[in-house]
Amino acid sequence: MFDFDYTFHWITVWNVLPEMLSAAMVTLEVAVISMIVGLIIAIFLSLGKDSTNELFRTPAVIWIEIARNTPALFQIYMAYFGLGAFGIHLSPYIAVLAALIFNNAGYLAETLRGGFAAIPSTQMSASRSLGMTQFQTYRHIILPQVLRLVYHPMTNQMIWAILMTSLGTLVGMLELTGKTDQLQSLSFRTFEFYLVAAVMYFIIAKMVLLGSKLLAHKLFKGDIS
Amino acid sequence: MNKFKLKYIVYSIIILYFSFKAYVSIKASTLTVYDLEFLLEGLERTVYISVTAIIIGTFFGIIFGWIKSNSGMVTNLFVSGFLDILRSVPLIIQFILFYAFMGILEIDISVFWVGAIILSAYTAAFVTEVVRAGIDSVSQTTRRAARSLGMTYWQDYRYIVFPLGLRAVFPSWISIVLSVIKDSALVSVIGYLEILKTTEELISKTQEALLLLIGVGFFYFIISYPISLYAVHLERKLKI
Repeated sequence: MFDFDYTFHWITVWNVLPEMLSAAMVTLEVAVISMIVGLIIAIFLSLGKDSTNELFRTPAVIWIEIARNTPALFQIYMAYFGLGAFGIHLSPYIAVLAALIFNNAGYLAETLRGGFAAIPSTQMSASRSLGMTQFQTYRHIILPQVLRLVYHPMTNQMIWAILMTSLGTLVGMLELTGKTDQLQSLSFRTFEFYLVAAVMYFIIAKMVLLGSKLLAHKLFKGDIS
Repeated sequence: MNKFKLKYIVYSIIILYFSFKAYVSIKASTLTVYDLEFLLEGLERTVYISVTAIIIGTFFGIIFGWIKSNSGMVTNLFVSGFLDILRSVPLIIQFILFYAFMGILEIDISVFWVGAIILSAYTAAFVTEVVRAGIDSVSQTTRRAARSLGMTYWQDYRYIVFPLGLRAVFPSWISIVLSVIKDSALVSVIGYLEILKTTEELISKTQEALLLLIGVGFFYFIISYPISLYAVHLERKLKI
């Protein structure tokens, strides 16, 4: 069955491996930046969605629902092609970064909201009656618990962000997938190139997972759900 | 009450305004009826590949989940290792790799089936976890009680584990369905003309980027938003 007529040429991949590794760094860079900025926006969005003021609530709800209910690829197209109608022409790098920030912020906002909702409101009353200010309560009582609750979902989101950067290839961004596509088009060794890229993505994902485990051990002293 | 009414009046005015705007811009654009037909065919293909992937993926997910909850360390490690690879490699790369591999093996396979197989495998990887969690959520004492009442192994699964486990994990399954619908957009990399790809082709033909993209975003939104609302509703209802 498997007597196919094909010889693998790994040496072609080996010759350009440094280029692929630097492209992998671009992937990681975009994922990390989109995660950090996304998290900052997500905090405001989650507060906005729980606010009683319609003026804050509506934009937050619209942002979150659009980010969660349309494909990431659509969001990237929107940033790259759609904004052109307003005269805003972004480079592929910025367009992908903006779309990923939009997407991450929407997902992280829901995660954070779940975390805040899981803390009983009686804790706030208890610590206020013990003489803590509202800020102190958030700082010492609520945030440490929320961080434990959302730590694993956030790690997952980080891995999602890394995988999502691969969509950048469709708008011509030269991250790992885009670079691989460019390199393979010179020799048409599609299978070899993409297999190496797949292995790289796998290793990056596992390294992020391992790093987050070590960090959790240091931050929470193993006391995490 | 009064405030509520005002809110809905404002919302409907906004919606009416935007539908009027959309109508005017479609009229003014170079889009023809054939283009819209082309778009609808793309939508049909998106639904077709998503449904296929969800059915096949759920079927295999249930089997793998059952294996995972019943087998020893070695099988477990093997199954979860395989599913882990599917989850940590971008879908785009999986599509291209599988397509290229089929080319190497000289197997003649349509783009639809390449996409459907990979999407199903991807779905199965997520469903497996959900099914395992569902089976584990039924307590051992309940199942032992069922067995000691004289139920067979399969009767235990059919009448005890299935109804109880389904309650626990049905919302998670729905969110997997949602993500598969969204991920089906990626099949376009190997040339399957689903809705986002048809949109892209129409954009390069008519240069109406914003209008087409808003239209396709609206399609995705009206498919996926009601399902996500239903999942939230279900989660609340099933919570004991």
